[in-house]
Amino acid sequence: MKIVIIGNSATAVGAVEAIREYNQTAQVLVISEEPHSIYSRPMLSHYLAGEIDRARLAYRRADFYTRHNVQPILNSRVTAIDPEAHTVHTQDGASYPYDKLLISTGGVPIVPPIEGIDTGGVFSFSRLDDVNRILEHIQARPTWNAVVIGGGMIGMKATDALMRRGIRVTMVELAPRILNTALDEIGSGIMTRLLTGAGVEVCANNTVTAIHSQQGYVSSVTLRDGREIPCDLLVFGIGVRPNADLAKEAGLEVNRGVVVDGYMRTSHPDIYAAGDVAEAYDLVVDMNRTVAIWPNAYRQGATAGGHMVGVHREDPGGVAMNTVEACGIAAMSIGDGAASEEEYQVLFELNERQPYYKRLVLKDGRLVGAILVGNVNRAGIYTGLIRNKIDVSKCDRALLSEHLGLLSLPDQYRKHIVTGFGIEV
Amino acid sequence: MKRIVIHEEYCIGCRLCEVHCLVQHSSSRDIIKAFKVEQPRVMPRVMVEESGPLSFALQCRQCPEPSCLEACISGAMHRDEETGAIVCDEERCVGCWMCIMVCPTGSIQQNLSGTRIASKCDLCYGAETPACVANCPNEALTYEEI
Amino acid sequence: MALSLAATPAFIIERNMDRCIACQVCVRQCANDVHYFSGVDGGEGEVCSNDIKCVGCHRCVTLCPTHALTVRTNPLEFRPHANWTGSTLRNIYKQAETGGILLTGMGCDQPYRIYWDHMVLNASQVTNPSIDPMREPMELKTYLGAKPERLSFAYAGGADQDSLAPGNNNGSRPAPGTDADAFSLTTEISPQLELEIPIMFSAMSYGSISLNACRSLARAAKAMGTFYNTGEGGLHPELYEFGPNTIAQVASGRFGVHPDYLNAAAALEIKIGQGAKPGIGGHLPGEKVTFDISRTRMIPEGTDAISPAPHHDIYSIEDLRQLIYALKEATNYTKPVSVKVAAVHNIAPIASGIVRAGADIVAIDGLRGGTGAAPTMVRNNVGIPIELALAAVDQRLREEGIRNRASLVAAGSVRSSADVVKAIALGADAVYIATSALVAMGCHLCQNCYSGKCNWGIATQDPYLTKRLNPNLGSRRLVNLLRAWSLEIKEMMGGMGINSIESLRGNRDHLRGVGLNQVELDALGIQSAGY
Repeated sequence: MKIVIIGNSATAVGAVEAIREYNQTAQVLVISEEPHSIYSRPMLSHYLAGEIDRARLAYRRADFYTRHNVQPILNSRVTAIDPEAHTVHTQDGASYPYDKLLISTGGVPIVPPIEGIDTGGVFSFSRLDDVNRILEHIQARPTWNAVVIGGGMIGMKATDALMRRGIRVTMVELAPRILNTALDEIGSGIMTRLLTGAGVEVCANNTVTAIHSQQGYVSSVTLRDGREIPCDLLVFGIGVRPNADLAKEAGLEVNRGVVVDGYMRTSHPDIYAAGDVAEAYDLVVDMNRTVAIWPNAYRQGATAGGHMVGVHREDPGGVAMNTVEACGIAAMSIGDGAASEEEYQVLFELNERQPYYKRLVLKDGRLVGAILVGNVNRAGIYTGLIRNKIDVSKCDRALLSEHLGLLSLPDQYRKHIVTGFGIEV
Repeated sequence: MKRIVIHEEYCIGCRLCEVHCLVQHSSSRDIIKAFKVEQPRVMPRVMVEESGPLSFALQCRQCPEPSCLEACISGAMHRDEETGAIVCDEERCVGCWMCIMVCPTGSIQQNLSGTRIASKCDLCYGAETPACVANCPNEALTYEEI
Repeated sequence: MALSLAATPAFIIERNMDRCIACQVCVRQCANDVHYFSGVDGGEGEVCSNDIKCVGCHRCVTLCPTHALTVRTNPLEFRPHANWTGSTLRNIYKQAETGGILLTGMGCDQPYRIYWDHMVLNASQVTNPSIDPMREPMELKTYLGAKPERLSFAYAGGADQDSLAPGNNNGSRPAPGTDADAFSLTTEISPQLELEIPIMFSAMSYGSISLNACRSLARAAKAMGTFYNTGEGGLHPELYEFGPNTIAQVASGRFGVHPDYLNAAAALEIKIGQGAKPGIGGHLPGEKVTFDISRTRMIPEGTDAISPAPHHDIYSIEDLRQLIYALKEATNYTKPVSVKVAAVHNIAPIASGIVRAGADIVAIDGLRGGTGAAPTMVRNNVGIPIELALAAVDQRLREEGIRNRASLVAAGSVRSSADVVKAIALGADAVYIATSALVAMGCHLCQNCYSGKCNWGIATQDPYLTKRLNPNLGSRRLVNLLRAWSLEIKEMMGGMGINSIESLRGNRDHLRGVGLNQVELDALGIQSAGY
C-alpha cells in the first residue's frame, strides 16, 4: 500500500506514528513545501523570544524518518491532486501515486490588504521562515517599537516573545477586547492589565488602516482612531485560515475547511484531511468546525493514519483549548469558556490581586467550558469533565476551589479515571 | 506493561510516597541531603489527595492513549521504548502547560523552581519497583501487570 | 482549675534534629496529636512534640523515614522507695482527680512469676534419638472435642463381631491376612474441631478491635487450618464466609446471638469469664457503637454495650449444663460446645464440674490474659497464672478419670512457641493466643486500647485509624507468625525425639523446673532440673 501525506507538521507525525504502530510494510511518503525537518510551530514564539535555540525547535528526533521507514520529500509544493488517478503532482513536475492520501496542509496566515503593506519589516508569524526573517530584521536594524496586529492567542504569543527581547510592543485588536473568543471580559481584563503594566500598549476596538515606510522599511502605522504609532517591525498575528485550495480544486467538499467524518475521511473515500486544514467534529459545540490547535492536529493525524491501515478508531471530537502566558501569569481557555451567562450557567471565583480567576460554564449540569487565569493547577480535570460529559450539578461549586482535585468530582467518575483500564475499584 | 494500582481503602494519608518519590528523583538519592541540602528541593511526582478519612496517592495513570503526548508541542512528552512509561524529557520541555491542560487526572504539575517545566511520574526510570510502591507502609499502592 | 498532679509525661520523645526532615509523617500519623509543625504548611518551620500526650505506641518512630525519633520513659524519679513506687503514686494522683476507676488495656503488667520462664524442656541425647523435622514428617494436627472412653469396631466378616475387644482372638491382633477395610468404627464420635496446628486465635470482639483486625484473624485462621474466636461482639455479615474456621462465642450479654450465628460457626463457646477481668462483665462505650457494630451486636446504635458479670440464666452448674445442651440442640449436635472460664482459685473442681456438665472443650484463661478495657486493679490482681491452673486442671481430670471427656485449651499470655510446647506438655490440647496475634499485627502494648485511638488500627473504630490495618498485611503477618511457631515447635519436638503432638500432650516428664520451690514444683507436677 502506498500512502502519501501532504504536510510535515503535527498531523503528519501523528499519522506516521499511528501507521507504523500497526503496519510496517506500507510505503509512506511525506511531501512538504517547507525545506525544514519537522519542527514545532507553537514553539516559534519561544524561538522568537530567544528562549530556545534552533536545535530545540525540532518536534521529533533527527532520525524520525529513517526510524519509521518514511521517505520525506522536502521543499516541494504539491500543486494538484487527481482523485481519479490517485496521484499528486508537485511544482517541480514530479508525480506521486497513492492508495491513500492525507491532506495536512495546515493553515495560511490571515493577512488583510492594508495600504502600504508592501514594505520591509512586515512579517507574518506562522512558519519558521517568517520567524527567521523577523530575527534577521531585529539583528540587522535597530528595532525599538513593534506593532502586533491581532489580539488573540497568536498575537498574544508574538507580543510576549517580542517583549522578552526588550522591544516595546503595541497590540492592535479589532474586537472590543483582546482574547475575545478565548477569554471572557474579566479574563481579558486581567491579561490586558498585566500587559499594560509591563509596558505594552493595548489598542482594542481598533485596526491598522495604513502602513508608512521610510527607505524601504516600515516606519509607522495609522490606526482607525487616527493615531500614528512609530513602528520598526510589524507582525501579523491574526491567525490562520485553512489552506484548503488544493482540496477545493480536487473537487472535495470544502466548507471553510475540508469537511471530514469521524475517521477524517473527506468526500472521497481514499482521501483524508486532518489538522488545521480540516473541519472536523467539535464535541463542545456539537458540530464540525476548524479548531487550529496542536492537540487536534496530532490526534486527527493519528486517527487518519490508523484508519488507513485498518485500525478504525473514531475520533470522539475536538475540544477548543489553548494556553498563553503573559508576564509569567498563565491563562487557559478550555471549551466554551467565554460563553455568555444568558445561554448557560456560569460560576466564577475571582481574586484580582493574586491574580486568581476561574470561570466555569455549565449546560444541563455538565461542564462545557472553563477559563483559568493565574492558578492553572490540574486544569486537565476540567477537560476530562468536558470530554466525558459528566454531570457535575452536585459538586459545581467545589470545582472552583483553588484546591481542585479528583476528590472534588463525583465518586463514580473519580474512581473510574483513577482505576480505569479494567482495574476493579 | 506494569502499572501502579491505587487502593484508596488502604491509604493512611502518611505521604511517605511523596517523601520517597522526592528522594528517588533527587541527585543525591540520600534522604537527608535531598531534604536539607539540595536547592531547589526536588518535586515529588505523586500527590496525595485527602478529604476526611478518604485519601489516596495519585500519579500519572500511564494512559494507553495519552492526551499529554498528543498535546505536547515540543515532543518532550514521549513513550519510553524500554519501559512503556510516558516520560517528560525535561531538557526539551518548554513549560507551555498544554499537557497540564489536557491530563484528565491532573497528575502533571508545574515545576516553577528553576527552568519552568512540567513534572510527572516516570515509573522511576524503569526501576523494578517504583519508590512510592516500595515504601508505602500499608500496601495502598501495588505494581501490577495490567 | 486546680493543679493536676498526674500531668507529668509518661514518655519523652527524642527527636534528632540532624535527621529530622520535617516531612510531617509523624504529625499526620499520631492519633494523640503529639507532634505538630511550628510553621505554615509548605513554609519554614520545625516539627515539635508535646510529650504529655504520648502513650508510647511507637507509631511515629516506626514510620519516620529517617529514624529521627525515639521514645523513652520519662526519667522523672521519685525518691527511691521499694514500696511506694512511682506508678503507685501516679495511680493515686489520678484517682484523687477523677474519682473514677482506673482503666487499662492488654494483660497484667505486674512482676508476678512467669512460670513459663522457669520451666525447661528435654532434648534427646544418646538414649533416645532426636528426629530431624526437615527429613521426617511431624504431626501437629490436633482434634478438640470429647473423646470416647473406648473405641468399638465391627468386622464385616462376622455380624457384630467385636474383633478387637479383649477376649476375642485372645485380645491380640486380627489374624494375618485380615483386610483392614473390613473393619468399621461403631462408636459414635462427638463433633471435633480439626486443627492443623495446636494454636488458635483467642476471643477478641468486633467492637473492641476493628473489622480489619477481624478480617485479618479470620483469613489467617482459614489459611493455616485453625480457628479464631468472635468474642462477645457477634459475627459481622462479611465474615460468615469464614464460618468453618470460626468459634462463635455466647457471652453474658448475648450480643449478636441468633440461630444463623450459631449455625455459621464450627464450634460454640460459652464465655463465663476471661483471665484479664475474672468475675466482672464487659463494657463497650456508646461512642464506639457505630452503625456496623450495632447491627452486628443487635443493639441500638450509640448505646453502651454492657455485658453483665454473670449470665443471668446461669446461676448454678445445672444451669450451665442446660445452656450447653440448649446450644447443642440448636445446632443439632453437630458442633462442639466450649466453655471458657478465667483461672481462679479452685479452678480444678470448677473445670471438673464443667466437663461433667457436658462441655466438649474447656478453655482456661489465666491472670495474664489481655483485654481491650478492664479496671487496672482487677486486671493486675484477680485470677491465677495459667501455668498453675492448667497443671491443676489436667491433673484433677486425669485423677477423676474424665480427662478424655473434654479438650483443654490454655490461654493467658502465650508469648512464643516455647510457651506453646510447655503448655501442651503441662496438659493442654491446644492454646489460644491473642496478645501475640495483636503484636504480630502491629500492637506495641501501649495499654491504651480503651481510648479507642489505637494508632495501629487494631483497637479502634475510627475510620481514619482502621485504614492503617490492611487485612492483606495483617493476615500475612499472622500466617507468618503461626508458620514460624509451628516450625519451631517441630524443632523442639524433634529435639525431644517426638514426632507427634499426641506424644507431648500432658507429658510432664519432658519438663523440669528451674528456680522454683517445692510447692510450685508440686503444683505444676514437674520435677526440678537436675533430677
